[in-house]
Amino acid sequence: MTVFIIRRLLQSVIVVAVMTLLVFAGVYAIGNPVEILISQDATEVERAAAIARLGLDKSLPEQYLAFLGNLLKGDLGTSFVFGEPALQLVLERFPATMELALSAMLIAVFIGVPLGLYAGLRPDSIGGRTIMTGSIFGFSLPNFWQGLMLIMFFAVILQWLPAGGRGVRGEFLGIESSFFSWDGISHLILPAINLALFKTSLVIRLTRASVRETINLDYVKFARAKGLRPRRVIGLHVLKNIMIPLVTIIGLEFGSVIAFAVVTETVFAWPGMGKLIIDSIFQLDRPVIVAYLIVIVCLFITVNLVVDILYAILDPRVRLSDQKA
Amino acid sequence: MLKSLSTATIAVTLVVGGTAHAEDITIAVASEVTAMDPHYHNTGNNNQIVGLIYDRMLHQDSNQQLTPGLAVEWGPIADDVWEFKLREGVTFHDGSPLTAEDIVFSYERVPNVPNSPSSFATYTSGIAEIIVVDDYTMQFRTNGPYPLLPVDLSTVQIVSSENPDATTEDYNAGTASIGTGPYKFVSYTPGESIVMEANADYWGGAPQFDTVTYRPISSDAARVAALLAGDVDVISGVPTSDIATLEDNPDIVLSQGVSNRVIYLHVDSRRVYTPFVTDNEGNQIFNPFQDVNVRKAISMAIDRDAIVDEVMEGIAIPAGQLLPEGFFGVSDNIEVPEYDPEGARQLLAEAGYPDGFRLTIHGPNDRYINDEQIAQAVAQMLTRVGIQTEVETMPRSVYFGRATGGDDGSEFSLMLVGWGSGTGEASSPLRALLHTRNDEIGLGRTNRGRYSSAPFDATLQLALNTVDDDERQALLARATEIAMREVGLIPTHFQVNTWGTRTGLRYIPRTDEYTRPTNVVVE
Repeated sequence: MTVFIIRRLLQSVIVVAVMTLLVFAGVYAIGNPVEILISQDATEVERAAAIARLGLDKSLPEQYLAFLGNLLKGDLGTSFVFGEPALQLVLERFPATMELALSAMLIAVFIGVPLGLYAGLRPDSIGGRTIMTGSIFGFSLPNFWQGLMLIMFFAVILQWLPAGGRGVRGEFLGIESSFFSWDGISHLILPAINLALFKTSLVIRLTRASVRETINLDYVKFARAKGLRPRRVIGLHVLKNIMIPLVTIIGLEFGSVIAFAVVTETVFAWPGMGKLIIDSIFQLDRPVIVAYLIVIVCLFITVNLVVDILYAILDPRVRLSDQKA
Repeated sequence: MLKSLSTATIAVTLVVGGTAHAEDITIAVASEVTAMDPHYHNTGNNNQIVGLIYDRMLHQDSNQQLTPGLAVEWGPIADDVWEFKLREGVTFHDGSPLTAEDIVFSYERVPNVPNSPSSFATYTSGIAEIIVVDDYTMQFRTNGPYPLLPVDLSTVQIVSSENPDATTEDYNAGTASIGTGPYKFVSYTPGESIVMEANADYWGGAPQFDTVTYRPISSDAARVAALLAGDVDVISGVPTSDIATLEDNPDIVLSQGVSNRVIYLHVDSRRVYTPFVTDNEGNQIFNPFQDVNVRKAISMAIDRDAIVDEVMEGIAIPAGQLLPEGFFGVSDNIEVPEYDPEGARQLLAEAGYPDGFRLTIHGPNDRYINDEQIAQAVAQMLTRVGIQTEVETMPRSVYFGRATGGDDGSEFSLMLVGWGSGTGEASSPLRALLHTRNDEIGLGRTNRGRYSSAPFDATLQLALNTVDDDERQALLARATEIAMREVGLIPTHFQVNTWGTRTGLRYIPRTDEYTRPTNVVVE
């Protein structure tokens, strides 16, 4: 297990190095951020000064080597736009995104698994069919449009919930979070639902398919024949066995919810990392783009590691050291 | 009956309550500020907000005319010396009095802000020396005649000299955000909100709102939704496609005003070959835009009224020069060029292109109101007179770098661009867009078409060295006339901005596109 983790971490370092190189070259190829940042009234001298100040007067390899040198010291560079350390900017917005991603995943799991279970156990019932048809909407309606419809309905017409932004945070045990105040939660509901809709549909479909597959296996039949109560058959034997694909998907999706909540964050003006990255890309703020992607790569690596470890717990047949991951 | 009576009572109470103080206001704007340091980044979006916490020597009113700010009187006492009389009894938010020392400190800080992506030094670099005559009199000696000094100083915020070592972080945190302006800094949460409270001791009188909150909402649809939901009271940048529906909504009031931003086509008029022009078979030809008649034909082929009515849904003004009427240096003798496709075809034939040529027009797709659609409309109009025109648009992060290009000039041949005149004077676009490019004297920096005309350059330079306002205004108008006659660039329209407020409020439009609580009227 230890060997497995160490090997994973080494692989991660290579991934990060390759990723930074690609991003560096990519942003360099797109254009010069000074063109966007500088005032139109600036003279050529000031423009040259700004370019030098941001270190953009050096060649691409020089810039990259300087970046690597600073990276080893733990410095990911200073944002071209905000003039603050890039990593700090990203981490400042991490809690907001985490709140959103956690709520969305909780909604997806706690609504998706029971509904999928029901649809899998009673595939021909009206309820089961309704759930499956409903999940098609979750898949096919564009995220962006869903968000606007939620705003139109709940914020504009009914005026029950705010149309966007992050509410006042409450404090509990020294942790500041939207979860601890009503205002915070009321601001969180719509974006969380928006982000959860697609994931919920995914979880429903996956759960249903797995249940349909498992329910006819011999050990389930045997458990029934033994006279176990249906609750125990489903709750223990079926559910535990369908957990492996579910955990994989939930893990991966959790990563992607954190990394790519861009649309939801933009529609709901949610001050998270997704909004920061999209603004940074528009302004070619390379240090922030790189810092963000490093954080995201690390996050995915951690999530995958956790998923692998969970496999081993859920299914004793899986032994981590055997995997050539 | 009882119900309608109580509604009436509430309405009356609201009106009474709304006349003076005791109101909070939330404003949604499209972009996030990049810092609360007023000298860090020169963008309209930052300036509109920090300009509430700080004052300038002179202020610009809603039409960008100069009004007294921290200076009450100003004028040249020699060709290269300006004298300013300071306002007496002005105090900073921390109670300390404003002195000439704060002003000197502010101008000295401007060029030395670390990491500043776009500094305000452009506006202070012409100052050779600042002489403090007495507590309330200052003289500025400039490098040569500098008629634009008052205008340029109206863009630079005055900060307190009590914090000589304050960094941008200190301003963001609020510890150094101490100004003399109508609102005081309360909090800044990046990406989320900026909160300010009224400065009851403001020299211009206590402001009408107790608390002002700015929220960045970049998505147009979400910004409109926030207004409809009552989350915010004022929004900027109402999209043209939503204007018709919002006008019918009794809960919303829209205000519109022309901006200082002209949308124009820059034509590569200098190079022998231009990258995106070929003959109809695709072979390279000499650059047809070197011929003034071809440029004129393009201008005549563009139906500006159709662009305004169809593409902009009526929310724009056709343009024949670089600033709308009423601005300093605008010529009264220039008409909007008439749409004349027949005449355009004839001019093209006379210039040796009876069958036209092939062209690609480039434009951004996320910078100006409906920019991509404008480029497409222009392409169709040019195709109609025989110039087979294709359209290529791209995000601004890619577009502007390529439009400016490298040492060989722009990568494009005909490009759609816009220019907002921050100083509110015709000199701003004239010196940046039309003067022969000359990096040494800092002129023609954004002359992407490389238009170059000796009579124009001479007239403009004379204007830039003329301190007398009336004379300068006449010279600027004259320079504009030359450039428009020679079609140095092709203006299409002036952008009109639309603000939305909830009923009970009304926004007085600003030509500089700023969204400020000081322009909100409570009705």
